[in-house]
Amino acid sequence: MSKEIIEIKDVTFRYPDVEKETPLVLNGVTLAIDQGSFVAVLGHNGSGKSTLAKHMNAIYLPEGGTVYVDGISTAEEERLLDIRRTVGMVFQNPDNQIVANVVEEDVAFAPENLGVPSEEIRERVDRTLELVGMSKYAKHAPHLLSGGQKQRIAIAGVIAMEPRCIVLDEPTAMLDPIGREDVLRTITKLNREQGITVVLITHHMDEAALADRLVVMDHGKVIQDGPPREVFQHVEELTRRGLTVPETVGLLHQLRENGVNVPLDALSVEECAEAIYAALR
Amino acid sequence: MLKDITLGQFFPGDTIVHRLDPRTKILMVIIYIVALFQAKWFVTYGILLVFLAIAVRFSKVGAKALMRGMKPVLFILIFTGVLNLFYNTAGTILWHWGIFTVTTGGIRVAFFMVIRIMMLISGTFLLTYTTSPILLTDGIECLLGPLKKLRVPVHELAMMMSIALRFIPTLIEETDKIMSAQKARGADFDSGNLIDKAKALIPLLVPLFVSAFRRADELATAMECRCYHGGEGRTRLRQLVYTGKDWITLISGLALLAVVCVLAYGFGL
Ligand SMILES: Nc1ncnc2c1ncn2[C@@H]1O[C@H](COP(=O)(O)OP(=O)(O)OP(=O)(O)O)[C@@H](O)[C@H]1O
Ligand SMILES: [Mg+2]
Repeated sequence: MSKEIIEIKDVTFRYPDVEKETPLVLNGVTLAIDQGSFVAVLGHNGSGKSTLAKHMNAIYLPEGGTVYVDGISTAEEERLLDIRRTVGMVFQNPDNQIVANVVEEDVAFAPENLGVPSEEIRERVDRTLELVGMSKYAKHAPHLLSGGQKQRIAIAGVIAMEPRCIVLDEPTAMLDPIGREDVLRTITKLNREQGITVVLITHHMDEAALADRLVVMDHGKVIQDGPPREVFQHVEELTRRGLTVPETVGLLHQLRENGVNVPLDALSVEECAEAIYAALR
Repeated sequence: MLKDITLGQFFPGDTIVHRLDPRTKILMVIIYIVALFQAKWFVTYGILLVFLAIAVRFSKVGAKALMRGMKPVLFILIFTGVLNLFYNTAGTILWHWGIFTVTTGGIRVAFFMVIRIMMLISGTFLLTYTTSPILLTDGIECLLGPLKKLRVPVHELAMMMSIALRFIPTLIEETDKIMSAQKARGADFDSGNLIDKAKALIPLLVPLFVSAFRRADELATAMECRCYHGGEGRTRLRQLVYTGKDWITLISGLALLAVVCVLAYGFGL
């Protein structure tokens, strides 16, 4: 077992078009994701985040370079199922990911595909629903659930596959604040308690701040990579690339521009208040 | 308004009829329909009616719900009745006016035809009322299983059916949304003649289709991400198991068919 669950090496990719030459959507991306880590990916619209995500479980194959999942190149067609069961993927719209019309049937879908024996599927379904806090709804029809609940079912459907890594492409984009909160709590729990590697693509800075590593993309390239505290210090560069920073960092940055000597690496409101207090005293 | 449409209506319950294996129920409906078409006279119809009544009784569905199911086909019922009444001219003439003739034979045929259709509909409705759509699909997939050898894509068809069932509520909701959105832009779905109304549907159907295709594309990707690769090597969460009560039901169904056939062909009852 390698330490890196996903290894992306110098990957380029463009969407094929018969008529004209299309631009490179991924332009030499190199990225290694450690087993058990929580990585957030930021970048403005069209920067190639979703495209990169789809390289992580062989939905797309790179034009140049290689992607390794647990040491297997995604170009190895015979190993496709091994790759897909190692890296699960959750998308933005829960409605378009749910296959069955009963919650537990849907969670069972992936293990059924993998040929897991019935009794074990039962166990996995119960365990997974418990994990995402949806046991009560096992027999419900998914279309009657709220957005946040549906998205947690979609996550459960992937977790039931027992992947070592899950990639979530803007899973909270269509949810209300409460649903968002629930989904984020579930994701964090999966990472901390189950040791599942998480790659979270998001537009929300506060979601990105939850991660222990932040990757910022622009024009198909990785332009920043590091712990959120460090990355957010590059306020000017991020703003220039059309991204915002968390409000706390933004405030500290403005204070600094106006001559107040505060550090920039305070993410939570408490830390931020502390920093300002210390500077003003 | 569109939410009222219920397709594949199912009344959840825990009666013996609900608990029967879906395959048993599907086979029973087939046997019942075959028997119904052999029935000739009051005795055989009566036996089948009693049989249906027992099944309805056990299912706790209620005659009212069954009768409600008859409403959409009321027109067909009346039409068939009237047609048969005038078409058949055997027996003694009871009434005559122009080209219309009512005979005893006509009345008999019309009466039994209407009864037959009503019993047929009740029987099939009992199946959909007591079997959840997923179980029904599972049952059909299993019964058609042998056709896989003839390269009939049974699993794929069943999968399509269950996905269609899953997306009906989603698409109905979407239709509602698009309708409201177009109404807000001044679309009018309710007035004008038939052609106007058909034209008014275009701004509804186009976005609906576009969105359905997008959904289909996303769903296919999501299914692939969850290792879907056709029916090969697939297991199921819920295995269909044939139990004693299924065998008993099936055997009694076959016995019923035999009795009806003997009475109808042997004695003309
Ligand atoms: N299926 C496709 N066919 C052709 N071009 C595409 C396709 N999907 C995306 N693109 C293009 O590729 C580029 C990157 O898209 P991608 O979806 O990866 O961006 P993203 O960072 O996920 O953006 P967003 O934040 O809006 O989700 C965009 O310019 C987009 O127009
Ligand atoms: Mg995207």
